[in-house]
Amino acid sequence: MRHTISVLVENKFGVLSRVAGLFSARGYNIASLAVSETLDPSVSYMTIVVDAKDEKILEQITKQLNKLIDVITVMDFTKKEHIDRELVLAKINYTSKDKPKLEAIFSKFVGKIVQHKADTAIVEAVGDEQQIKVLLEELNKFGIKELVRTGKLAIE
Amino acid sequence: MIGASILLESLKRVGVDVIFGYPGGQVLPIFDQLYDSDIKFILIRHEQGAAHAADGYARATGKVGVCLSTSGPGATNLVTGIATAYMDSIPMVAITGQVGTHLIGNDAFQEADVTGITRPITKHNYLVKDVKDLAQIIAEAFYIASSGRPGPVLIDIPVDVQRADTEFIWPEKVEIRSYQPTYSGHPGQVKKAVKLISGSKKPVIYAGGGIITSGAEIELKKLAEKIQAPVTTTFMGLGGFPGTHKLFLGMLGMHGTAYANHAVMGSDLIIAIGARFDDRVTGRLDTFAPGAKVIHIDIDPSSISKNIRVDVPVVGDAKNIIDELIGQITELPDTGEWLKTVENWKKKHPLTYKDSTTMLKPQYILQQLWDLTKGDAIICTEVGQSQMWACQWYQYQAPRTFISSGGLGTMGFGFPAAIGAKLGCPGKEVFNIAGDGSIQMNIQELATCVANKINVKVLIFNNGFLGMVRQWQELFYKKRYSFTPITSPDYVLLAESYGAVGIRVTKKYEVRPALEKAIQTNNTVFIDFRIEPEENVYPMVPAGKAINEMIEGLA
Repeated sequence: MRHTISVLVENKFGVLSRVAGLFSARGYNIASLAVSETLDPSVSYMTIVVDAKDEKILEQITKQLNKLIDVITVMDFTKKEHIDRELVLAKINYTSKDKPKLEAIFSKFVGKIVQHKADTAIVEAVGDEQQIKVLLEELNKFGIKELVRTGKLAIE
Repeated sequence: MIGASILLESLKRVGVDVIFGYPGGQVLPIFDQLYDSDIKFILIRHEQGAAHAADGYARATGKVGVCLSTSGPGATNLVTGIATAYMDSIPMVAITGQVGTHLIGNDAFQEADVTGITRPITKHNYLVKDVKDLAQIIAEAFYIASSGRPGPVLIDIPVDVQRADTEFIWPEKVEIRSYQPTYSGHPGQVKKAVKLISGSKKPVIYAGGGIITSGAEIELKKLAEKIQAPVTTTFMGLGGFPGTHKLFLGMLGMHGTAYANHAVMGSDLIIAIGARFDDRVTGRLDTFAPGAKVIHIDIDPSSISKNIRVDVPVVGDAKNIIDELIGQITELPDTGEWLKTVENWKKKHPLTYKDSTTMLKPQYILQQLWDLTKGDAIICTEVGQSQMWACQWYQYQAPRTFISSGGLGTMGFGFPAAIGAKLGCPGKEVFNIAGDGSIQMNIQELATCVANKINVKVLIFNNGFLGMVRQWQELFYKKRYSFTPITSPDYVLLAESYGAVGIRVTKKYEVRPALEKAIQTNNTVFIDFRIEPEENVYPMVPAGKAINEMIEGLA
């Protein structure tokens, strides 16, 4: 099962490596990871998405996260009501005649063209996991040349 | 004040009286300060020995052990000792030198990323980048190492930080917002535990190292006597309950007593206190104690429900929670029948061995040692058969009298740990129970003993084998003794060459006089006991079996 976990940590060097180490030591791959400062610059907020093959191991990981000295709080959003979003930037094949098709897509999603040069456009879009999935299928009809994603952010 | 002086001044403030270590290029400023410091410094012969000695000191005294090494190879040599302390929750602070901050990451001479290397084997670690942070970091390190579930903390100090000058400000109080261990048990959970205990008919107390860390031995005894429950301890819990008490079952698990294992398997309630249901204790998990409800008291929430399902978890300090239980239990369980059953198991499956008039038996040696000391000694051990015999055949009476590497099972631990224990408790007789394999792993510390007049007594159970591995090869690999026969130096000559005393024992009647002579000798003593080469440790639960499926064969 896919879990979204948020971890509030001290904003210090080495903390990310301590957190990541708990996953890697058990052979767990982190699917996405977003880290940034909070309003309090001494605290950072991490959103970690991980596929857990064994829920017990994940429970152990969250308990171990709590044990890290630099970790302030840990929350597993999986069974909690929460909002999550991801930002994607995609470079797609695009010419002016594609405009109506793209506009039709963006009428259903939060996104826009941020740059258009010759036969390429860079579009940005924001959405939850399902929205981004559908959007990428739509954009793929144009041909996606390059894609970058922030990884998921989540808030209760 | 320069960083190196701040370090030593801070160590004094937290009550450090001895440091085990070894000098080197990146700790020169610290050693310059040590030259006329009143903190005792023990020059060890290998940094691994420094870490184990600090660990042994901590286990014997309950205080934080301190070791010190240079950067790179000095620091990596500490790693095994740090991991050993981590696995057994031992409070320790390891201080390492580091190359200058401007050189970090440059593959400089004797550089190693020590905070990176030790991240998974320390409770916490620090790289000090600014001398202004040093005093605060030291205060935090000692607080973290010794509070909650204790563990080793490493402080990596670049050489330029050791030389840098700043004002010394000692933090009188340490508070870490992200680290607040729970000491008192949740009242609701304690109530639930009380109810389970009152309603049980066949309770067993399963006590671990948490009893010793918490100093809960008196409370444990009171609880057991109050509810009339038999007590088994883990390896780490030995000494937490008097070994000669009539409610005591000895150690449980792979090489535990048969009656302890039967009692756990047949119980209707396991009261686990400061123990973690390690795989050496539970055997095959899905067969473990099928009829038992489980109360699990532990200061570390991540230990609870890790391996087995727990009915009533109580997070907190063992001493506090046992005290609560004693106070709140009014309805006593009727365990009369149960104790009779347990007594029968004791009679039917006693701990035993086949004595010999011609061959020297390790169990006999330990019985003689017990008879001579009656628990008034510190017994350190190495790892393997000798260690397991030392668990079975000596009745530890008090906490901190059994010192051994449990979780990591580190060969070479016992001898340097005995050095640490002796320094921590100079009035106690300190023995190291060793095999001929393990003793050769840190034998260089003989020089440390003699040079510093640290008189420990090393009893080498010399069977010419790496005995525990040989035992497995005998039982499970058709006696194909692949690389387990091992040669030894002449331990008597070796001891003498270092300036210590060596004794060789080949006959049964020589055992007692040799032990007596060792105790009377005001020097380090090595006794080379030539024991039965293929003696086995029994009982034994084979890997993957339930803990009541023991091999009980007489050796």
